[in-house]
Amino acid sequence: MRLLEYQAKELFKEFGIRVPPGISSKDIEKGRKDAEKLGFPFVIKIQVPVGGRGKAGGIQKCHNEDEFELKYPQILEMAIKGEKARAVLLEKMVEIKDELYLSLFLNRSKRCYTIIASADGGVEIESVKNQIIREIGLGKVEEGVARQVANEMDLEGKTANDLVEILQKLSKLIIEKEVELAEINPLVQLEDDSLIALDGKVVIDDNAIFRHNELEKYQEKSEIEKKAEKSGFSLVELEGNIAVIGNGAGLVMSTLDMLSDNGGKPACFLDVGGSATTESVYEALALISKMSKVKAILVNLYGGIVKTTTVASSFIKAYEENLIDLPVFARLKGAESEKSKEMLKDTKTKMFDSVEEAINAAVLRVKK
Amino acid sequence: MIDIFELLRGNPGDSDYKKKPIIVQGITGKFGSLHTKNMIDYGTNVAAGVVPGKGGQKFGNVPIYEHVKEAVDATGAKISIIFVPAKFFLNAAKEALEAGIKLLVAIPENVPVRDTMQIVEFAKKNDSIMIGPNTPGVLIPELIKIGIMPASPFKAGNIVVLSKSGTLLYEISDCLSEAGFGQSITIGIGGDPINGTRLIDAFNMVKEIPDLQGIVIVGEIGGDAEEILAQHLIEIDFKKPIVAYIAGRTAPKEKRMGHAGAIVYGNYGSAESKVSMFNKANIPVAKRPIEVPILLAGKLEQSGD
Repeated sequence: MRLLEYQAKELFKEFGIRVPPGISSKDIEKGRKDAEKLGFPFVIKIQVPVGGRGKAGGIQKCHNEDEFELKYPQILEMAIKGEKARAVLLEKMVEIKDELYLSLFLNRSKRCYTIIASADGGVEIESVKNQIIREIGLGKVEEGVARQVANEMDLEGKTANDLVEILQKLSKLIIEKEVELAEINPLVQLEDDSLIALDGKVVIDDNAIFRHNELEKYQEKSEIEKKAEKSGFSLVELEGNIAVIGNGAGLVMSTLDMLSDNGGKPACFLDVGGSATTESVYEALALISKMSKVKAILVNLYGGIVKTTTVASSFIKAYEENLIDLPVFARLKGAESEKSKEMLKDTKTKMFDSVEEAINAAVLRVKK
Repeated sequence: MIDIFELLRGNPGDSDYKKKPIIVQGITGKFGSLHTKNMIDYGTNVAAGVVPGKGGQKFGNVPIYEHVKEAVDATGAKISIIFVPAKFFLNAAKEALEAGIKLLVAIPENVPVRDTMQIVEFAKKNDSIMIGPNTPGVLIPELIKIGIMPASPFKAGNIVVLSKSGTLLYEISDCLSEAGFGQSITIGIGGDPINGTRLIDAFNMVKEIPDLQGIVIVGEIGGDAEEILAQHLIEIDFKKPIVAYIAGRTAPKEKRMGHAGAIVYGNYGSAESKVSMFNKANIPVAKRPIEVPILLAGKLEQSGD
């Protein structure tokens, strides 16, 4: 889970990493009170779990009440890369002398944590020049290592000391909160040469949340996502109108790719888990029935251990109970597929031998 | 370097040649018991189970022990498959490695990354290997199955399949078998960000199989395991035919697509990055699973095999 900037900064503060004064809100009434408390001028920052906010106009300076009344609603209504604003952060401006870059992340290929630091921050990581890279095992950063990094960044005096301190605090944060990525970009050098985190990006390990009740409050899930999680499904909502259900993340991704290749637009990625059962497929159909944009359902199951007749009976049950009225285009690979075709003969579920045929039929149906 | 074939099959002189004993940790759970039955049906020699609190009982004919150490002492097994829930994985895996297990097949999904990293370190120290977590397992067709894969997709032959995804491993092996390309071994890498056996490690395990005809790599978005392997293949100038498939070309960025590891940040982990590295290594990338055997046949023809 990627935290919003203000949430990442809450963690930074908890671990003693300095951030500018700021308050977050979700509506303008609260925003007005925050503005009064904080005092003009400040920056209004959209809170979305994606980058590129500045370029898209999601970060704006605000000098007085008139500007606030104009800009706050604009930013709250904004969407960046399809992500609607989750909140708005009002934050005091700081005098920037220089912008640095600092991150600690899980290095997948090396299977260790890695520091990336640079004296040239403020741009996207791909464009950060003069990167200093250090592998640090399970995440602990000793003072000596932090000092070396500061030296290689050509930092001196107060700035170097602050960097050493921040790097060690960030290391403590990733270990204690089981974080996959903690990035400060830019890490700003102020006029007095001290350092402050002007932005914050933190990705926590979802699979470790059970050990961190305190992080649960950051999980923002839609009703449908909550239901999916309860059933043990993985769900990603997408923009199109053909819902895609399958078993196994790889198979569902593969189905999305093939559907898109053939001109279809997926409405969701729904993985019911490696072993599909009557119940799980029924639950999946129940979830889809709650998505209004869906015009057709594409099912791609590699049965394997589960008989396709088991799955076919969940479609029949879903129609009988009026759970769904949508056409279903299914490819069920596995045992007893002839028998399941027979079972579904007079229903709105059409069964196909290949996923290609199922996809084409679904695309045609939606375009009609 | 551990020889995976020696572990899974043994040598012709061994008394347990082609029936190496394995231990199942969590043998009585819903998932563990179902798949133990399936493994036994496949011909795998499930010699012992381990379930704390159930030592002394039996699962069918399989004796259950309290601890892995007792099971190892009783059976001489060097292989263990773990079915415990994710939050108990760390302790179960540690126990297995401490008991002398050399090959750990880690089935659980949703294991915290920090726990996996600790086990990876521990396995290195013990000169052991872990496959997974979040893996369907490892299988030598018609000989041994240590995992949760169905039996039907796999036929004996000389193609290796290495896959991050479970169901795509079945799907693509099925396509290969249908086209007459049996498999010498199939290994599930797993869909997590940190893998006990990385794609490149799995490649190193299989690259010297004497009758190896070709390798199929089933990748997906996230991380850079495919890129690293492709780079390595260029460096060592590997000559045998390789074909790849990458799932997730059309997935949105910064969204976790089911697998904990299937996420793209910027260009890092993107399908474009993987496909372009494979292209550099002269490895064709199929656009859909069904194309894999066709591309493989083409590669084999080119190599004059």
